[in-house]
Order: sequence, then structure tokens, then C-alpha cells
Amino acid sequence: MSDVANQNADRPKPFAVNWGARLGWCLLALYLVYACAQLGFSPARFSAGLEHGQRFLERMFPPNFTRWQLIASGIAESLQIAVIATFAGILVSLPIGLMASRNLMPGWISWPARGFIALCRSFHPIIVAILFVKAIGFGALAGVMALIVASIGFISKLFAEAIEEISAKQVEAVRATGAGFLSVLIMGVQPQVLPRFIGFATYQLDSNLRNSTMVGIVGGGGIGASLFTAYQRFDFDVVLAILIVIVSLIMLAEILSGWARKVFQ
Amino acid sequence: MTVTEHLDREWQRFTPLKRLSRFAFYLFAVAALVISVRTIDVIPEFLYDAPEQMADLFRRMWPLDPNYIKPTITSLIETLHIATVGTVIAIVLAVPVGLLAARNVTPSLPLNLFAKFVFVTSRSINSLVWALLFVAVFGPGPLAGTIAIAFRSIGFTGKLFAEALEEANQGSIEALTAAGASKFSILLLGYWPQVRPAFWSIALFRWDINIRESAVLGLVGAGGIGVALETALNLLYWDQVAVVLLAIFVVVILAEIIVTQVRAKVL
Repeated sequence: MSDVANQNADRPKPFAVNWGARLGWCLLALYLVYACAQLGFSPARFSAGLEHGQRFLERMFPPNFTRWQLIASGIAESLQIAVIATFAGILVSLPIGLMASRNLMPGWISWPARGFIALCRSFHPIIVAILFVKAIGFGALAGVMALIVASIGFISKLFAEAIEEISAKQVEAVRATGAGFLSVLIMGVQPQVLPRFIGFATYQLDSNLRNSTMVGIVGGGGIGASLFTAYQRFDFDVVLAILIVIVSLIMLAEILSGWARKVFQ
Repeated sequence: MTVTEHLDREWQRFTPLKRLSRFAFYLFAVAALVISVRTIDVIPEFLYDAPEQMADLFRRMWPLDPNYIKPTITSLIETLHIATVGTVIAIVLAVPVGLLAARNVTPSLPLNLFAKFVFVTSRSINSLVWALLFVAVFGPGPLAGTIAIAFRSIGFTGKLFAEALEEANQGSIEALTAAGASKFSILLLGYWPQVRPAFWSIALFRWDINIRESAVLGLVGAGGIGVALETALNLLYWDQVAVVLLAIFVVVILAEIIVTQVRAKVL
């Protein structure tokens, strides 16, 4: 009987208390208190904000669609920006992603390509848009260029990873028939990565659509300009109308891209 | 059927419906591109001097303004606080909604759909727009930025958390249920150990994204390094803009390295 008790004592407790984890949670809580103090949060400010929020919501409803022509033309421009940026971004990403894949390319090509991708990824599209607005002036083209940079950063990276994960057998088989590099790419690599690649492309279209509604805030064209103007004029009912249009457009785009992914799986 | 007939048959990889829908996809994509290119409003006059403008931009950026380094670092720290606190608030809000969204935890379709709707709304509105809305509510400053980051992140973190919950192995859940454990115990001892790696991975991933996003919130007055950027931009001090951009670049790269290292250890 006592043997059994000893055995039980030796066995680790099934639901042991993890002191390290508890310490971690305490540190996190301490940090939160410190950060909130640094940022100047206070309950008074928060409750004042809730009051403002109520008035703000009252002014937003009902949404004002009377200037629908302006909204429609802004949305159309956002769509144009997103579509062109996605296509151009994919075109540029194909060679860059290929160059960045370590299994098909030597190191002296793949590392510079990876560095370029990291550079494209590290800045928010809005910041890139600011630079392009300065370089090529206000308008849709600046937005397109900014989103092309963002697309390169996202698609090339995923594309390079997809190429690195392919099975080498098919590539070797095609190579064994004496095929050239281009034939190896088209016959050995492309069939393996196409479904995933369509997935990335449609995700990027969604993402570009979201951002194309924003680049207007810094002068990059699209619905963002109308949104920001309405906001600065305190026409919050127009702001809500524009937001409703943006959200429904993005939901529609998500349904469409979900369908596209299913077709290519 | 003879052997030759067999050989003459044309073999195809996809069913007719699949081929038709693929064709429809390509047609739709090309049509969208053509329409967009033909109707987009581009002012060609602006393009003529684009290379000069680019060169001018970089000339003005160099040399960097050393006096602007200190205010940049102060606002950079504010940005890090905004991103971190925003991520924590987002997770606190996203976990209950994620529990509602997971079909195996909450077997009720209306509640699942409600949670999905919350996620979609959170993700469809850009963080800059969330920031605009919260600047109107809380006034300019980091509070608006933090809440904006939190609301923007609920969709992403919640959706992935719900997916992790749905993938959890039912074995230990059933064992706990059979032992008469309460709902809370099942969550804490059945689900939590299974989703913990996914949870930390999602949180880190979102933190990384939020650092990027919180860097621009200041453009609409929501605090952080964006305010320093906006000030320098409005005054056309491009050498100060360059300092801010460099600071953002360094922090983003550092955050990515940290996240990769920690993820490799946690997972």
C-alpha cells in the first residue's frame, strides 16, 4: 500500500503550477500599467471619450448617400488602382520570387533578392505612397506605384517560399529529359505552385483593395481622398456612407477571391 | 472498345466545368485589367520630371538631420507602446469572440455567425480609418491609436484563434467531460494546452504587423512616430523625414528578427 503512495509522490503532478509562466504574466501586467501611464491613459479621459463617442455616433446616423456620384467615382478609382497594382505587382514578383528561391538559384542571386523583398515589406504602403506622391505628383498613379511596392514585398516572399517547398523529383525528371531552364520552370515548377500562387494573388488583391481605399488620405487617389475630406468637414454621415460602401465592396471581393481559390485547387 | 479507340480518346486533366470556370476567371481578370488601364486617370505631365523629382528627394534627404534623432526616438518608443498595448487589448477582446466563433466550443450557429461578422468588420476597416474614428472619439493622441490598433487586430487574431480551437483534438476534451469537469476547466485544461503554441504564434505575428501599422497612425493624429513624420513632411524637412524612415526601417527589421527567433523557440 505504501509502495503505491510512493509511486504517486514520484509521478509529476498532472496539472503542475508553472511558476515561470505566472512570473511572465505578472511582468506583462506590470508592463501594461507602465505603458498606459507613459501613453497618458486615464479613466477620466476614457469616460469623456465615451461621451464624445455617443455624440459622434448620433451624427453618423443615418448614413448620407446623397453624394453617391462622388462616392461611386472614388470607389471606381480605388478599384482601378487595386487591379492595376495587383497585376503589375504579380508581373514583377514572378522573377523576383524566383530569384529569391534558394533551391533553384545560387546564393549570390537569392540574397540580394531577399534583401530587396525585405526592403519592400518594411514600409507601410501609406509611407511609400507619400514618397511617390512627392516623386510623381498627386493622383492615382502614385497610389498604384505604392501598392505595387507592397505587392512585391508580400507576393515575392510567399512565392519564393512556395518554390522552395516543391518536390525536387518532378524538376529532376524534366531536367533528365534534357530540358532547358525555361522548360524546367514551365513543366516542372509551374504546375506545382500555380494553385498556391493563385491563392496569394487573390489575397493580395483583397489587401490592395483595402489599402487602395486609404492611399487617398496622403494624395494617392481613390475613395480615401473623399473619405478624408468628409471627415475634415465633420460630415460624419457621409463618412459612414463611404465606410459602408468600402466594407461591402471588400466583402464582395472576399467572396469572389474565395471562389477563385476553389476553382484552382 | 478496341485498344486503338482507347488511344484515340482525348484525355483531359480537368472536368469541363472546371475548365469553364478557369476560363471565366482568366477572362474576368483580363477584362478587369483592360478596363482599369483604359479608364484610370493619370496626368502624364507629372511623369516627365519624375526622375528629377526623385533625385531631388534623395538629395534633400541627405545628410540626415542629427537634431531630429532624439524626438524621433521618443516617438518611436511611443509607437512601440501603442503597438504592444494595442495587441494585448486586441487579444483580450478577441479570445471571447474567438470562443464564440469556434463551432466545437460554441455549438450555436447564430453566435458563430455573429462572431464572424465582428471579425469581418474589424478587418475590412483599415487601421487608418479606425484611427480617424477614434481620434474623433478620444481626441488626438496615443489613446486613439492604441484603441484603433486593438479594433483592427481583433478580426485577424480572433479568426486564427477560432481556427486553432476548431483544429483541437477532441480526445482530451472528451476525457475531461467524462470526468465531470466544468466548462471553464475544459477550456483551461483541455483546449488551452492544445492551442497555446498557435496562440503565441498569432500574438507575435500580429505584434509584428502592428508595429508597421502603428508607425503611420500619427498621420491622422493618433500618436506615435507618425506624428514626427507628419510634422517633418508638412515642413518639407526631408532630412528629418529620412531620419524617421530610417528609424522605422530599423525597428521593423528588429521586430521581424525577434519574432522569427521567438517563434522558432516557442513552436
